Amino acid sequence: MRFNNHKPLMALAMLIAALALAVGISACGGGDSSTAKESTEAEESTAPEENAEESEEGEEAGGGEAITSNPENAKVSLTIGSKNFPEQEILGEIYTQALAAAGYKAKSDLSLGSETVALKTLKQGQISGYPEYASTALTSFFGLEPEEVPSDATEAWEKANAEFEKEGLEAFEPTPFASANAVGLLKSTAEKYNLKTISDLEGVSEKLSLYGSPECRQRIDCLAGLEKLYGLKFKEFKPVDISLRYKVLEQGQADLSILFTTDPQLSAESEKFVILEDDKEVFPAGNIIFVTSKKVAEKAGPDYESTILNVQKGLTLEVMQELDARVELEKQTPKEAAAAYLEAAGYVK
Amino acid sequence: MAAGPEGGGVTATLLPHLFGGFGGAFEFILHKQSSNVTGGNKVGGLEKTLELVWTQIYVSALALALAMVIAIPVALYFGHRGKGELIAVGIGNAGRAVPELVVIALVATVIGVGVPTLTIALAVLGIPSILTNTFVGIRQVDRATVDAARGLGMTEFEILRKVELPLSVQGILTGIRGSTVNIVATATIAPLIGVVTVGDYILGESIYGADGVLAGAIVVAILALIFEFALAGLQRRLTSKGLQLQAQ
Repeated sequence: MRFNNHKPLMALAMLIAALALAVGISACGGGDSSTAKESTEAEESTAPEENAEESEEGEEAGGGEAITSNPENAKVSLTIGSKNFPEQEILGEIYTQALAAAGYKAKSDLSLGSETVALKTLKQGQISGYPEYASTALTSFFGLEPEEVPSDATEAWEKANAEFEKEGLEAFEPTPFASANAVGLLKSTAEKYNLKTISDLEGVSEKLSLYGSPECRQRIDCLAGLEKLYGLKFKEFKPVDISLRYKVLEQGQADLSILFTTDPQLSAESEKFVILEDDKEVFPAGNIIFVTSKKVAEKAGPDYESTILNVQKGLTLEVMQELDARVELEKQTPKEAAAAYLEAAGYVK
Repeated sequence: MAAGPEGGGVTATLLPHLFGGFGGAFEFILHKQSSNVTGGNKVGGLEKTLELVWTQIYVSALALALAMVIAIPVALYFGHRGKGELIAVGIGNAGRAVPELVVIALVATVIGVGVPTLTIALAVLGIPSILTNTFVGIRQVDRATVDAARGLGMTEFEILRKVELPLSVQGILTGIRGSTVNIVATATIAPLIGVVTVGDYILGESIYGADGVLAGAIVVAILALIFEFALAGLQRRLTSKGLQLQAQ
């Protein structure tokens, strides 16, 4: 108690320290958004103009007709899930908001973890459906080797759907865009070693470090496949959180990093980052197929499938990259990005 | 993924009965399992698990050492001077409130991923408990004893070393124990910044399945308990007999 007379001063000092810490953290958090084209706090008055521009793009990309609300659907509750990364969360939100627009009592339960968790949640009936990459479904759920995955989207969907049907599930037709893992690197590194395809890494890879998600190390559609199918050995493989996949390249820690073909950085900074062509198809491209249970689909009626197929018509690679950029670079929430898409493409007013 | 009776002999047939849902996890720790997504490579098994355990212990020990080197001298100094109580307790409580992933993200931005980043991030996690407990331990030493020591002509450093330190050993070790359990358990997230620990089982659900995740959790829990008991034993040994009698 003898420090009582110092207390107000101390408390003030601590308050300042705490504030400094908080500012420091938020400043650093915002640090990597320096590449963002615009801040999320962009004035609302400019938003409609942007959307107007996009809506033209959307129509060009075959954007669909406006969703009409059917009062019949109000008695059906749907819960849409997703896996735990931005692209999935955006897709989950798009489907949720579209179904809500169609009159369903729809809510989202996103970020469920890996595909095994998401599938389990679906089978247990906690979610009505979730978006999955056809390639992931075939390799992860149904034991196909990456090179056995059909490169044709419809063929891959049919194959996956046939397997899902055996388990009382069904998958709706695929999205226009496809996503795949890719070996990415700085353009300067690619030029230095004259790399264009993954096969070009032969004889060089021993000198290069590869970074990827912790799961990548053992997956056949990732490091294990690069080692087995290309016969490559890397100087080292380091697991990192996927949110660091570009940072490790920029900082010069990683020579190679596992990226996604839908990453907005690949188009926004094409002078900086490049990906190597997957000439032996270790990374099968996957279009999104919406997986649901047959029971839910029957109960929900025809609007369920037609709404989902309608709303995903506008999801081309460019649109998906743009949506990913809004969330990953401009720090919008998946919910905001999804709403912007639905409005811009003319699905909702 | 579930181990059938043909999987590993006696353990495979007995474990599921003994431990119910945990059987698969113990089976995963002891014997290699096949996985859908690895292209035929087996995962798990005792050898791999021990390798991961070793890494987890190694990085935890590094972080704990760093936390002690920073926190103990600072706490001793301020504890002896009798100043900065609010700051010590404040830093302690503030430190506990900072999410570990934020610390990791911050440090990784500055010095990149790898063991150094992990060590710093885990040490940040360990400092508050050691700092607060050491400080409080020193402050709780009977002032009359300290005055007596001063009266005997001891220098300030001698008072700290011969009187305050032995009498506050309980507090210091309590702090270290708290930090250790925290650090060992949190080293689980190391695979997100380039170091493969037991956390790999927990983070790699798509590879290892639910059994693998549970196996990782069990191993980390056991590891934390072993450290806790070992340090509790050490604490008893290092406490002077007089203090032990006093406690009874």
